[in-house]
Amino acid sequence: MAIRYLLGNEGIAHACLEANIDFASGYPGTPSSEVIDVLRVQEERLFTMEWSTNEKVAFENALAAAWCGLRALCTMKHVGLNVAADPLMTSAYTGVTGGLVVLSADDPFAHSSQNEQDTRRYAHFARLPCLDPASVQEAHDMLRDAFALSEEFSLPVIFRPTTRICHSKGDVDLGEVGTVHRTAAFHRDPKQYVVIPAHTRVLHKILNGKQPALKERLVELGYNRHTIRGSTAVVASGAAAAYVQEVLGSDVSLAIIGAYPIDEEWLRAFVDRHEKVLVLEELAPVVEEAVLQVATKTEVLGKMTGTVPYEGEFTPATVAAALDKAGIASTMVFPAAVPVQGVPPRPPILCAGCMHRPTFYAIRKVFRDGIFPSDIGCYTLGLQLGAVDTTICMGASITVGSGISRSGEERPVVSTIGDSTFLHTGMPGLLNAVYNGADMVVVILDNRITAMTGHQPNPNTGLTATGEESTPISLEAICRSCGVSWVETVDPYDLPVLLDTFRQAKERKGVRVVIAKQPCVITARRSGIRRKAYTVDPERCMGCGACRSFGCPAIAFIGKNATITELCAGCGVCADICPSGAIGMEGRR
Amino acid sequence: MKPSFDILIVGIGGQGTVLASNVLGEACIIENRTVRSAETHGMAQRGGSVESHIRIDGEFGSLIVPGTADLLIAFDLLEALRYRHYLPAGGKLVVNRHLVVPTSVYQQDLDVPDEESILAALSDLDVTCIDAADLAEEAGSILSQNIVMLGAASTDIPLRPETLEEAVRRCVPKKTIEVNARAFQLGREKGAGTPSE
Repeated sequence: MAIRYLLGNEGIAHACLEANIDFASGYPGTPSSEVIDVLRVQEERLFTMEWSTNEKVAFENALAAAWCGLRALCTMKHVGLNVAADPLMTSAYTGVTGGLVVLSADDPFAHSSQNEQDTRRYAHFARLPCLDPASVQEAHDMLRDAFALSEEFSLPVIFRPTTRICHSKGDVDLGEVGTVHRTAAFHRDPKQYVVIPAHTRVLHKILNGKQPALKERLVELGYNRHTIRGSTAVVASGAAAAYVQEVLGSDVSLAIIGAYPIDEEWLRAFVDRHEKVLVLEELAPVVEEAVLQVATKTEVLGKMTGTVPYEGEFTPATVAAALDKAGIASTMVFPAAVPVQGVPPRPPILCAGCMHRPTFYAIRKVFRDGIFPSDIGCYTLGLQLGAVDTTICMGASITVGSGISRSGEERPVVSTIGDSTFLHTGMPGLLNAVYNGADMVVVILDNRITAMTGHQPNPNTGLTATGEESTPISLEAICRSCGVSWVETVDPYDLPVLLDTFRQAKERKGVRVVIAKQPCVITARRSGIRRKAYTVDPERCMGCGACRSFGCPAIAFIGKNATITELCAGCGVCADICPSGAIGMEGRR
Repeated sequence: MKPSFDILIVGIGGQGTVLASNVLGEACIIENRTVRSAETHGMAQRGGSVESHIRIDGEFGSLIVPGTADLLIAFDLLEALRYRHYLPAGGKLVVNRHLVVPTSVYQQDLDVPDEESILAALSDLDVTCIDAADLAEEAGSILSQNIVMLGAASTDIPLRPETLEEAVRRCVPKKTIEVNARAFQLGREKGAGTPSE
């Protein structure tokens, strides 16, 4: 139809339209979020879609749609699949009647993640097919065809792009958007959909029985392919397959693995023809283990021999270095380029005017000896302000906090959690903390949106994914119905009241909740809210540094003296911090 | 030899590196050429150091290897220093005469680098230094600095100027097309007329 310059995730979203999807759900998570974000702003939408409250919820909704015979997509990041793992594992047994594609985006180097886990392990664990594109074009093509594969084998198909697929751009050859849609119809069949022991034992056999034909089909479809050129070979998957094609000599054989499970006979035939095989893949040694399993006399090099790194993401230079270590010629020699040392770091930072900054500032002021479990979101950057002591996964701020409290640790525990994360998996932890008598403060950082992943709406925003008004919910009412008797809502831009609220919380016992509520400064600006900037009176600034510890990017220093830059969003909190009254609204002084 | 012309655009989250790279990608589509690029999304965008890799005529991966970039475009002096190792010795740098001191400097009491010392540390490269803010103001909006920078670098980019200008028109918000087209022209004239330092 047309060649367009697209982000990997945009190509994937377009492929869904070409494949006539009927249903899409997901929970935002970098690098997967833009797929649903593109689908939800389509002008003509012939499918149902939602941002769900967490990945398990998203998966089960999409599974149900596929049980009704629809084509359904469910998206998440790799760690989201941990949340959805419970239904995932058994969905392989029940199978699907429509087509179900589960996109789980991996993040080598953990650019924006808490770990470097490999979705392909889940596919192996669940015995589900997994597609692993090596380029943006291949991601588009594979996803377009993945629904038919799912329907052919009546199995959910796992689709796992990595960051360098999702967030790479390229010229993508697109097809026509489809116009055919299915009508949902659920056909009662307890033997398939009710996994009591008697049924599930049978379903397990059916799942295992599908495997041989599935492996053959993935070779037939051209996802696993090879070129024989010499007595040495490289086997590569994902982005590593793209990099190796940039640097591989013309006399080295190449096999590209784009789908799992790998047909052992096909792989053995390839491996057996070579004296030496180097396996190149990011994250876990999934392909390497498969090669080792089939190799009889061939020397196999990879992560397990120390030839290829286990951690991080690859570049063409990583691949060239591995080839060199393996004694395989590469066509490129990369220079040893060393970054300049001592350049001051510029890590991501909470925005000027972000509501999280005064909240963390006040927590630190009031709970000087406190312990601060936190969670996943922009506010993890509160680490820079000394107000984040733990972060492990979505929702764990409250549970880790109650665990610390109930361990007998006597210092005050103050957990911080965003509104979307609270609704994702925070609520059961709060209920548990109350039920079991924890002594802690929970601070819900309520900025009305899922900010870090690109400002997706959640039930607290009042809008659905497609922009319709949703039923209002009350975080206060949720907390109260979990049994919390002391719940206070406060504007974090009002520092004196914020400090006073935390002081009150400190004096009480049991589970206390403070809801710090103020829209995300980015969405506020986009919706037209303008606040006057603040300025420093140089005559009155004593250079005491009180505002320095606030850590706002709009405050700069000339020597010891503070000045406010054009980044100022006008929250005005620094004016309350300044002990000499040197900061005021522009034009007022 | 690699077949692609590799450009690294660096700056601070919010300065518009992604839009600048979109213009280059769109220009490749107009000229019917292949292109690969890689961007920073997610948490790193919150005021952190960001990079966009663009490989004109690229066919495989989207990442540029340090030491092999054909052109470095930096929206901030400090970011030019941070990424200069992507260029080979004597490589081409087009940099904005603009320095945002990272908040980390104040928080950790690090030395504040100044413009002269940074430019001195870059002087072994082929440097064109541009006052993008002035030209952007002249074009009609301070927000068009990214397109000014692209214009200033355009004489070193193997894409036709008319294609690049058409790509600018296609990529920027409708209301800002004329401002950005002017920004591109002003940048291009300045880039062509500024002797290397």
